[in-house]
Amino acid sequence: METLLQQTLNGLVAGSIYALVALGYTMVYGILGLINFAHGEIVMVGALVALQTILFLSSAVPGLPPLVLLLAGVVVAVPACMALGYLIERIGYRRLRNAPRLAPLITAIGVSFLLQTLAMIIWGREFHVFPQLIDTAPMQPVAGVVVSPMQIFTIVVAFTLMGGLMLLVNKSRLGRAMRATAENHRVAGLMGINANGVIAATFIIGSGLAALAGVLFASNYAIAHYSMGFTPGLKAFTAAVLGGIGNLPGAMVGGLVLGLVESFGAGYIEHLSFGFLNSSYQDIFAFMILGAVLIFRPSGLLGERVADRA
Amino acid sequence: MKANKLFIAPAIACLAASLAAGTVQAKEVVVRIGHAGPLSGPAAAFGKDGENGARLAIEDANAKKLQIGGDTVKFELVSEDDQADPRTATTVAQRLTDAGVKGVVGHVTSGASVPAARIYENAGIPMITPSSTSPKLTQQGYKMTFRVIANDLQQGNALGKYAVEQLKATRIAVIDDRTAYGQGLADAFANAVKAAGGQVVGREFTNDKATDFMAILTKVRAANPDVVFYGGMDAQSGPLTRQMKQLGLTAKFLTGDGGCTGEMIKMAGDALSATTYCTQAGIPLDKMPGGAAFRTEFKQRYGSDIHVYAPYSYDATMALIEAMKVANSVEPAKYQPALKALNAQGVTGPLAFDQSGDIKGGAITVYNFSGGRWAPLQTLQ
Repeated sequence: METLLQQTLNGLVAGSIYALVALGYTMVYGILGLINFAHGEIVMVGALVALQTILFLSSAVPGLPPLVLLLAGVVVAVPACMALGYLIERIGYRRLRNAPRLAPLITAIGVSFLLQTLAMIIWGREFHVFPQLIDTAPMQPVAGVVVSPMQIFTIVVAFTLMGGLMLLVNKSRLGRAMRATAENHRVAGLMGINANGVIAATFIIGSGLAALAGVLFASNYAIAHYSMGFTPGLKAFTAAVLGGIGNLPGAMVGGLVLGLVESFGAGYIEHLSFGFLNSSYQDIFAFMILGAVLIFRPSGLLGERVADRA
Repeated sequence: MKANKLFIAPAIACLAASLAAGTVQAKEVVVRIGHAGPLSGPAAAFGKDGENGARLAIEDANAKKLQIGGDTVKFELVSEDDQADPRTATTVAQRLTDAGVKGVVGHVTSGASVPAARIYENAGIPMITPSSTSPKLTQQGYKMTFRVIANDLQQGNALGKYAVEQLKATRIAVIDDRTAYGQGLADAFANAVKAAGGQVVGREFTNDKATDFMAILTKVRAANPDVVFYGGMDAQSGPLTRQMKQLGLTAKFLTGDGGCTGEMIKMAGDALSATTYCTQAGIPLDKMPGGAAFRTEFKQRYGSDIHVYAPYSYDATMALIEAMKVANSVEPAKYQPALKALNAQGVTGPLAFDQSGDIKGGAITVYNFSGGRWAPLQTLQ
């Protein structure tokens, strides 16, 4: 039982990071019908910029409290990634807005390679240690489950951001413009909405979330390097498809479900298959679930095109 | 005075003639020995180290003016850069064969040694690697492939026995990254544990790009092991030990040479303790039979310290030369049987090869984390 609860917690932590990244994929897809494969690299840039800031600050001003350092890292990384997201959209995708769908897709893959290579040139090939500024030591076990402050922090931050995004999209003026642009950006333009501005805003918000996800990821695992964005990016994309791409709550649910499935997959696949499969099938297990969901609900768990997609 | 001069001149001529006759009797032949390893790129330090060891051995041998097959032999080192790259390694191997080398010391990395071995096999030139530890190298069934360092299987075996016999572990969990290296090491370890009477209570898998091990570690924790073994590299074993600590998993942690690095110390941070163990093939320089003398000689010749594998590369070169001496021939076909049956004492220990070309009783050293570095605990044969 305590193992089950522990696995649930593991899944929630991993899943909430996937969900944050998945939101970026799904927002862009909802508005442009484009899968922005460079999104995973934003996660990496966020983590490395935050790391650079933290290292610089802790050597320039010794004795700063850890939380201040982390906050400073976030304060630099988020705007940096927002600017990067804007630049990618402005330079890479805007000119291809009316091109066949394959063109921006290939551009996205190209941007992803470009960002990885640039990061490799700037930060090198080696693995960097990301300082764990929030304690990861286990606290007093509750019902046999060990939880660290970092894990609680991750879940709380992720859920707060997701709630904030839902409010923004559903209640604010910008959110209404986003939803209108998602319906049809040409018609929205005729109604007086600055579609280019809204699309840029979508990229900026998504990139900001990705930067935070990067910092959370790096803090949890104490690791940062130039190719760290690839796997979480792929997983988050899977999560977005699982929940129904283009659908905001879908991305959140998809991320959490994927995290839980992976965790339970690693923990129980051996028992479930009577020893035939083992934890090396962890990832395959996640994709099997994705396959099953797509067979029975081709548009994802929560549906692909719903009224409030953003 | 005049008379004296007349007497001396023929005397000198006589002397010169006898000297000339002497050199004709034992003429000097040049025998080329190849060395291949990375001299550029991230692994360049290992390649240069190997080259230095081989050059030192050749200079020592030349100083002895060895007589082989009636000739005075002068050895000459031909060093090539394989960039630790499998494809370059085959080109380099071909170039060495074309240069007419009689034996090769190298290659340094397993990735380069495995493809290069086929070329030396076809050309009938013996190669002795000082540092490639992949079991695959000697499993190809080649007659010309030799190795003076313990391989990964021997490493896994020794560590498995160590866990059960020395650490008194009974419940052991094994994790690997499903790479050829990680899986080979972990399988050898698990088999040795079972053979020594230990119990493998968990067998989990991850991959060489993973960062999140919480799920498999939670499962491992439920099995309540007293030792966790990981077969893989430092980029994973670092975060893995951190997450063990995070989950309150206090079992001892063991890993192979992939985690026996400075990088591991950096990545794992405060998750390391005296109950974190790792192994390296070979023995620390201080524990080698000829270690102290070799260190002094090396320092004198190159003005720098030994990186890691120079003593092994010295021994590999000496093994080639020793086999030539025993067979009284520098021709590979003639001295290969002598190499196979070699029984000599090297800097690193006894030099003798088994059926597959692996060193007999290759040494493995166990280290634990102590005082901020890997401290050698015990050498297993």
